[in-house]
Amino acid sequence: MDFDLSDDQRLLADSVTRLMADRYGFEARKGYLKDPAGWSAAMWGQYAELGLLGLPFAEEHGGYGGGPVDVMLVMQEFGRALALEPYLATVVLGGTALQLAGSTAQQGEILPAVAEGRMKLAFAHGEREARYDLPFVRTTAKRSAGGWVLDGAKSVVFHGDSADRLVVSARVSGDDADEDGIGLFLVDADAAGLARRGYTLRDETRAAEIALHNVAAVPLGEPGAAFPVITRVVEAGIAAMGAEAVGAMEAMHSMTLEYSRTREQFGKPIGTNQVVQHRLAEMLMSMEQGRSMAMLAAMSVTEPDAAERARNISMAKVGYGQAARFVSQQTIQLHGGIGMTEEYAAGHFFRRCLVIEHSFGDTAYHLARLADEVE
Amino acid sequence: MDLRFTQEERAFRDEVRAFIRDNLPPDTAERMRLGHPPRKQDTVTWQRILNKKGWAAISWPKEWGGPGWSAVQRMIFIEENQAAPAPELLSFNITMIGPVLIQFGTEEQKRRFLPRAANLDDWWCQGFSEPGAGSDLASLKTAARLVGDHYVVNGSKIWTSTAHNADWCFLLVRTNPNAAKRQEGISFLLVDMKTPGITVRPIISIDGSHHLNEVFFDDVKVPVAMRVYEENRGWDVAKYLLGNERTGIARLGKSRERVAMAKSAAREVRFNGRRLIEDPAFRQRIAQLEVDMKALQITQYRVVSAGAKKSDGRPDPLSSVLKVKGTELLQASTECAMDAAGPMANPVWAQELAAMANEPDLFAEASEQSTASYLMLRAASIYGGTNEIQKNILSKAVLRL
Repeated sequence: MDFDLSDDQRLLADSVTRLMADRYGFEARKGYLKDPAGWSAAMWGQYAELGLLGLPFAEEHGGYGGGPVDVMLVMQEFGRALALEPYLATVVLGGTALQLAGSTAQQGEILPAVAEGRMKLAFAHGEREARYDLPFVRTTAKRSAGGWVLDGAKSVVFHGDSADRLVVSARVSGDDADEDGIGLFLVDADAAGLARRGYTLRDETRAAEIALHNVAAVPLGEPGAAFPVITRVVEAGIAAMGAEAVGAMEAMHSMTLEYSRTREQFGKPIGTNQVVQHRLAEMLMSMEQGRSMAMLAAMSVTEPDAAERARNISMAKVGYGQAARFVSQQTIQLHGGIGMTEEYAAGHFFRRCLVIEHSFGDTAYHLARLADEVE
Repeated sequence: MDLRFTQEERAFRDEVRAFIRDNLPPDTAERMRLGHPPRKQDTVTWQRILNKKGWAAISWPKEWGGPGWSAVQRMIFIEENQAAPAPELLSFNITMIGPVLIQFGTEEQKRRFLPRAANLDDWWCQGFSEPGAGSDLASLKTAARLVGDHYVVNGSKIWTSTAHNADWCFLLVRTNPNAAKRQEGISFLLVDMKTPGITVRPIISIDGSHHLNEVFFDDVKVPVAMRVYEENRGWDVAKYLLGNERTGIARLGKSRERVAMAKSAAREVRFNGRRLIEDPAFRQRIAQLEVDMKALQITQYRVVSAGAKKSDGRPDPLSSVLKVKGTELLQASTECAMDAAGPMANPVWAQELAAMANEPDLFAEASEQSTASYLMLRAASIYGGTNEIQKNILSKAVLRL
């Protein structure tokens, strides 16, 4: 057991912290939001320059060979700054799919392009009716003369509107909810028959609905056997979002603490009231428990035992989800009216946590999965 | 960064597990498995077995019989010992008076008391709280007046756990009622419980057990040589004692053992047409407890491993997180074990069961104990600094409010 960061990891965390402190203040972020894409291409270039876009990839693909802990450090800083860029979609979700299932040629083409900031990915798996059930895939994949074609619809695809290449799941065989018979496919974003409608989520990050009509696709890994890959991509996403939630909780806790020191009512700072002090102490305790769980998620991404991995990831999602919900609700409560306003940062962190909670299975979903396993 | 135990840590855990399995006396093991608290003799015998192995004075330096374990090893040992379940080391001896004497005691005090404390030849109790001094400990009034080479102690202490078992008591007394600050007039004394003038009055707690006492001091003579550290500097000693090593304060092993009890009860009984263990709501309750245990376990690792690297020797205020979250979990898990027993949680029938004891009714016995344990552990968020006081500590020491 060991909680120390390596020198490289400390350096990485410091450089991302500095970049975000310099370039990603709450006011600067408002500027980035005005871009039609909903995020900053200039920052994306900065991430590429710092090596963040290839962080978890092998050196031969222009990456740094980093692990889940490195990604955790970056995501934590992104959470603190409420970064809008498609890092999760491209590097974590798309990147994990490519790393796990891509052929040598596919990896050689795509990963370096991602690392250099030339290509953005999205993971198009979720469907309207599936809710959080991962094996529920109705989009179909059929062999055609030239290869494979996809038909169906994908829902709430993170940054699906700005991706250049999509990783799409589709059913090759079996029933709607079978784990067997699902394939992953690479699809060009501008392929004929593909239509996407972009929109903002509650936290102002972007997503898209994607319709597929007879769209040409290339298999990523063996068609029909992709479910374990999909599971691992989602697990990596849960771990990354956990770190982001921790960053958001840190930001919320420190802004609430600061507010309680400066906001005066009845002639004294509200933080002199014991009821406020105890609430802040409870927020701290929740945050630390949430941080422990986000660490558990990061450490579990590479756990070889699938059942153990799934269990730890579900525990982590429940744990950090509950912590983030408590911390974000109390942040608004202790701020009073100002916490309800769009111009103040609190509500934005609140909404990022809300979106995280409803991604890749919420608390109730993962708790139910854990309950199924009680022996 | 790696959350998993190293190979050495895993090997150590296995060694501890095997030692407990092979050496815990069978009657003690059986009583504890059924959920009973250990009897005095169970605790004494087990601590002596551990001491013989060199595993009793777990946080003491090697020269005083400590095993030389790392903080992580201590944590593993405590958790395994709690989860076994085996009687816990007597904290008054091991985590309280031992480290205090090592830090503040005279050579004579160390030589006389430390080996006996490790081997539980002396059972210590803690004379801190008073009827008028609970969370506000510094307002204590029990007075010690210096007469020649003795202090003469008058007053009373309350909530004195196991005073009826104790051979010795470490006692906070007021030696200077006129000090500028209340904290500056307090001294720390070691008192032989057989000294004339001491009366121990039992306080029966809501679980029906005799654990707590009120202790009266009526002209009790205590030799000056039994004072620890300087006169009127006892508050420093008390602060050291209260902030000293809090590994194990979360009592995770105990929560783990209670959740296991809840599950085993749930396999025996029915709920709404099936076994309770098959009920989704019950299973979710267990799952939630397991999530909370996991989070606390990792937080505990973090606090312990950060503490091992600190050199100032001051307690980590984050250990207050362990106390609050640990006791919340302890209370939630004992509550769950009791609820699992259903109507069997209600009877108090140990004596009737014993009278009918041709065949022991294990389920009934465990059920009764699950309620007793629930009742007893309502105190967990009160003793050792109430959870409200812990939140005060966090808001002052960590949040600087």
